[in-house]
Amino acid sequence: MASEGDSKELVFHPMDQFIVKPLFGDGPVGFFTVTNVTLWMVLSILCIVALLVLGTNGKKTVPSRTQSIAELAYGFIRKMVEDVAGKDALPYFPYIMTLFMFIVFSNFLGLIPGAFTTTSHIAVTAVMAMAVFLAVTILGFAKNGLGFLGVFWISSAPLPLRPILALIEVISYFVRPVSHSIRLAGNMMAGHAVIKVFAAFAPMVLISTGIGLLVTPLSIIAITAIYALEVLVSFIQAYVFTILTCVYLKDALHPHH
Amino acid sequence: MEGDVVQMGAYIGAGLACTGMGGAAVGVGHVVGNFLSGALRNPSAAGGQTATMFIGIAFSEALGIFSFLVALLLMFAV
Repeated sequence: MASEGDSKELVFHPMDQFIVKPLFGDGPVGFFTVTNVTLWMVLSILCIVALLVLGTNGKKTVPSRTQSIAELAYGFIRKMVEDVAGKDALPYFPYIMTLFMFIVFSNFLGLIPGAFTTTSHIAVTAVMAMAVFLAVTILGFAKNGLGFLGVFWISSAPLPLRPILALIEVISYFVRPVSHSIRLAGNMMAGHAVIKVFAAFAPMVLISTGIGLLVTPLSIIAITAIYALEVLVSFIQAYVFTILTCVYLKDALHPHH
Repeated sequence: MEGDVVQMGAYIGAGLACTGMGGAAVGVGHVVGNFLSGALRNPSAAGGQTATMFIGIAFSEALGIFSFLVALLLMFAV
């Protein structure tokens, strides 16, 4: 802190890691510009394809490591869809599987030091959440007709309360895509920013030897601990995103409470 | 000068919005704590209810995330 002025090169902003940059050249970022977001999205898709194709290539009774990871992921999501959304939601299983794999791989690839976390951008998660929201709404009306509006009319509540509850339900229905997308983006962004804040404290021993001898080991331990927490959070947020998709899907298929 | 006061208010508001995190922490802790106390009484039924617990966590966490959203809006959109 005391000598912040003479070592400007060590000071960086914790949000710098989320800047979208073009991969080639320094031009403005347009609609078709290949940016670091594009690179890391393509990388996560390549990883998913590699895992699922290599995992199911030489199917054996005693599975190899890759095969058992692919089978575990498939079985995990299939069980989740069946348990939460019911048996008749299984036709929509491929979409939910795609969402889960993309989110979990983007989150985990973003944990590589120097990597770019695509899911930390609200623009990315908002597209996924809006797609789920629109798909679920259209599906609800297509399957149940106007009976889908029964999702707002809670027939188990006392009659005078129902209009108030209906109003609350309508508001919470339209807030769904917001909370759905910002939960994922916010968790990813906050975790990475916290790691970066401690990373800014870590080289303090170079600046001021007095307090730095204490701060540097502490912040390196803190980075390690938060990184471990982030590995857990990456998985849990992907899980929460998919399980909420299943809950919304259940509402669309069975709108009556 | 006037712009500075507005910016100061926005930053103070963004800081105040962070108190919402405390509420989300209380909510999530309440959900998990009650799940755990129920699960220790009847461990055989606990396995099937983990998904419900995560849904509860997600819903109570959503309101903490709205405070984060308010902070972001105050920092970058006002």
